[in-house]
Amino acid sequence: MRRNLAILPVLFALLLLLIVVATGLGYIRIPAMQVLQILASRLVESQVNGELADKLSVVVYDIRLPRILAAALVGGGLAVAGGVFQSLLLNPLADPYTLGVSSGAAFGASLAILLTLFGIHLPTAWTVPVFAFIGAILTLMAVFSLSSKDPRMSSNTLILAGVIVAAILSAGIGFIKYMADEEVGIIIFWLMGSLVGKSWPEVQMIFFITLPCLLVILYYARDLNIIALGTKTADSLGVETLLVRKILLVAATLITASCVSISGIIGFIGLIIPHLLRMLLGADNRLLLPASFLAGAILLLGADTLTRALLPHEIPIGVLTALIGGPFFCYIFRRRQLGRNL
Amino acid sequence: MIEQKSPIFEVHQCSFSYGTSTVLNDISFSLQAGCFYGLLGPNGSGKTTLLDLMTAAHPRQFGRISFLGREIGSYNKRTLAQHIALVPQDLTIGFDYPVFDVVLMGRHPYIPRFAMPSRTDIDLVEAALAEMDVFHLRDRPVTHLSGGERQRVLVARALAQNTGTLLLDEPTASLDIRHTFDIMLALRRRVSTAGITVIATIHDLDLAAVFCDELLVLKEGRLYRSGAVQEVMTSDLIHDVFSTEADISLDAYHHKPRVRYRYAHS
Repeated sequence: MRRNLAILPVLFALLLLLIVVATGLGYIRIPAMQVLQILASRLVESQVNGELADKLSVVVYDIRLPRILAAALVGGGLAVAGGVFQSLLLNPLADPYTLGVSSGAAFGASLAILLTLFGIHLPTAWTVPVFAFIGAILTLMAVFSLSSKDPRMSSNTLILAGVIVAAILSAGIGFIKYMADEEVGIIIFWLMGSLVGKSWPEVQMIFFITLPCLLVILYYARDLNIIALGTKTADSLGVETLLVRKILLVAATLITASCVSISGIIGFIGLIIPHLLRMLLGADNRLLLPASFLAGAILLLGADTLTRALLPHEIPIGVLTALIGGPFFCYIFRRRQLGRNL
Repeated sequence: MIEQKSPIFEVHQCSFSYGTSTVLNDISFSLQAGCFYGLLGPNGSGKTTLLDLMTAAHPRQFGRISFLGREIGSYNKRTLAQHIALVPQDLTIGFDYPVFDVVLMGRHPYIPRFAMPSRTDIDLVEAALAEMDVFHLRDRPVTHLSGGERQRVLVARALAQNTGTLLLDEPTASLDIRHTFDIMLALRRRVSTAGITVIATIHDLDLAAVFCDELLVLKEGRLYRSGAVQEVMTSDLIHDVFSTEADISLDAYHHKPRVRYRYAHS
C-alpha cells in the first residue's frame, strides 16, 4: 500500500488542474492565469475592478465554478459510495444501484415533479432534491428491515432485498411517468442526469453532506478491509462488524442521496471507478476509497466539461457516462474473465 | 502453576436454538489452560454453534459462558480479540488482498487506528507465515491460492494474532497429509511450549487421538462425553455417536488410541 500512496497527491493535483482548465473552457474562453486571478480576487475580496473583469468574474465564479464543483463532488461521491457498497457487499460489481438507493432517490424526485404537474405548487428547486433524498433514505430503511431477519445482515440478503425494492420502485417510476402523461419529458430529463444550472447552495449542500460522510468512511476503512474476511472472522478480530456495516451503509447512502438529488441518475461512475482502481491499486480500502473519490471527481468533471464546452450540443451527462462507461466496462470485464481462465 | 488449575472457559448449562430447532441442549464443561481440546461429533451435532457461542458471535439464549472468570459477553470485542483467535470453517475472502496483508489483519486488535504496524507486528506475521509454510506466497493475491494454501494462510492469521486461546473449526479439512501435520504440530508446539489453549473441531479421529489431550464429544446438541483421549476414544463411543463399527488399539509409536474401522460392506 505504501508503494501506491503517491497516487493520492497526483490525483489531487490533476483534479485541481482540471478544475482550473475546465473553468476557462466554454463559450467565452478564459486563459488559466486569468481564471486564477479572478478566483484569487473573489476569495480575497468580493470587489473586482473593471467592467470586463467584472463580467468574466460573474461567468467564472457565479456560473461555471458551481457547476464544476458540483460535477467533481457528485463524481467523487458516487465513486466513493460505489467503493463502499462493493467492499461491504463483497461484490466488485455492486454500486449505488445495487441496494436500490438510486432508484429510491429517482422515485422521490419523480414524485416531486408529478406533484408539481398536478398543480401542487411547491418550489421544485428544493422539492426535487428533498424528495430524492427522502426516497433514498426510505429505500435503505426498507432494505434494512427486509434483511433484518438475518442477524448478520449478510451481503446476499442485502443484495436480494435491494433488488426486490428496486424492482418495485422502478415499477412505481413507470406508473408516475404514465400519470405525468404529456409532461413526462421533465421526469425523463431528470432521470437521464444533468448538471446544468447548478448553483452555490446546491454545491454547499452536497459538500456539507459528502465531506463528513467521507471522513466517517475513511475512519472505518481498515475495519472495512477486515469485513471482507467474513463476519465471523471480523468479529473475532475485534471489529464491531454489524455496527460498522450499518454506519458505512448509512454514510454511503447519504452521499448517494445527496448526489442523485442534485444531478439525477448518473450511472457507471460508482461501478467503474472503484472497480478499475481496485485492479490497479489493490483492494485496501484505506487507499482505494480516497483514490476513488478523486478519480470519480476527475472523470465526471471531465465528462461534464466535454458535454458542456466541447461538444456541439449538450448531451445529458448520465447518458454520456453510460455510453462511454458501458462499453469500457464490457471490455475490462471480458479481459478479466480471460485473465482468470489462463 | 495455580494459573494452570483455574479454568479458562466455563460453560454452564448452555442451550441454543435457531428458531424452533434446538442446536445445543444443556451443555456444561470447563476447559483448563495449556491444553489441546478436540471437539468431535457428527455433522450437525452443534460443534460450530458451540464455537460461535464461545466467541460471543451469537447472543446466547440460556446458560452462562465465562472466560477467565468473566462473562464472555461482557468483554469488548477488541479485548476479546487479544485473547481468543478464531479460524472459521468458511474460507471465502471477498477481495484479492496479498497473503501478507491477510495475515497482518491478525494484528488488527493491537494496531491503533491510523498507525502503521510495528516491528513486533511484522515479526509475528513473518514467523506465522514461515510456520505455516506460506512465506513464499506472501505477495500472492489470496484469491489465487488453492483451498489448502488459503487454509494455511488463515491459520497463520490466527497464529499472528498471538492469543492465549485458539479456536479452530475444522482447520485441516482441505489439507493434504503433510500440511495437516504441519498445522497440528504447530498447534501442539504452541500448547506445549507457550501454554496456550487450543479447541479444534476435527473429523479425523486418529488425528484427534494423536494430537489432543482431551476430547469433547457432541451428539445431537448434547455433550455426550468428555475427558482424556484414552478414556473417551472407545469402540462403544464410536458406535453410539458416529453409528460406525471400529476397533480401538493402542498405537505402539505414539502410545495413543488408534481407530480401525470395520466397513460394513466388505
